[in-house]
Amino acid sequence: MKLIESKTLASAAAQIEFTAIPSTFTDLIILCSLRSTSTDAYVNINLGFNSNTANFTARWLYGLGSGGTGSASSLVRYAGDLNTANDTANTFSNSSIYIPNYTGSTHSKSFSTDSVRETNASANASAISAGLWNDTAAITSVQLDSSDGNFVVGSTISLYGVLKGSDGIVTTS
Amino acid sequence: MTEILTKLVVDCSTGEATTVPLTTEELAQRETDRLAYEAQEAARKAAEADLKALKDSARAKLVAGEPLTEAEAATLVI
Repeated sequence: MKLIESKTLASAAAQIEFTAIPSTFTDLIILCSLRSTSTDAYVNINLGFNSNTANFTARWLYGLGSGGTGSASSLVRYAGDLNTANDTANTFSNSSIYIPNYTGSTHSKSFSTDSVRETNASANASAISAGLWNDTAAITSVQLDSSDGNFVVGSTISLYGVLKGSDGIVTTS
Repeated sequence: MTEILTKLVVDCSTGEATTVPLTTEELAQRETDRLAYEAQEAARKAAEADLKALKDSARAKLVAGEPLTEAEAATLVI
C-alpha cells in the first residue's frame, strides 16, 4: 500500500475530489476523517467516480447507538455517516473505502466501505456497505461529498494505491 | 448572502490542490442526495416506531391474558 495523496482541509469544502489518479496500482483505498458543518440530524458521505453519480447500486448494514440495527439500499453511493454540528465537539467520523480493480475497462466497478460516526450520544452509528458502479470505464477520479453542509477545517482524506502481491514498493511476479 | 459551496480538487499527478465552486449539476445532485437520506431516515424511524408499538401492545396483552394478533405474536416468536 502506497500513499498517493493526502489532504487536510485548511478551509471548509462541500466536496473533495482526487483527479488524475495513476493507473499503476491494482486497487485503491481511501481513508478519511471527516465532519460536516450541517445541523441536520443525519448527514452522509456520498461517493462518485469520474464525476459520475449515475448507475450506482449499494446495500448497507448499520448499527446505531440507540440499539437499532438494519439494512438499506436506498442510498446508492453511501460511504458512511458524517459527524455533524449536533455531535460531540471536535469529533470526526471515520471511513475506509476499498475500490478493487479500478483500472479495468471491461467490468463494472465494486466498492466496499466501513465507517463509524463517533459521538457521545445515541446518534452514533457504524455501517458497512457494498456497492457497484455499473460502468466499464477505468476510474481516474474519485469524488466524496457531504450530503449537507461542508466538510469542516481539519477534515483529512488520504488516497492509497495497492499493488497485488506487494507492499506498494516491492513488486512480486 | 448566499454561501458559495466549493470543492477541493487534488491533482494526483502534480499534488496541486485547487478550490473551485460546485457546478449547477453538482448542487442539484447534492440536494437529491440530501432528500434521499432524509427519506431513508424517516422510513427507518417509522419502522422502528411501528415495531416498538407492536411490542408494547403484545406485552400489555400478555400481561392482561388477552389474545395477540399475528403481527404482535411475530415480534415475540421467531
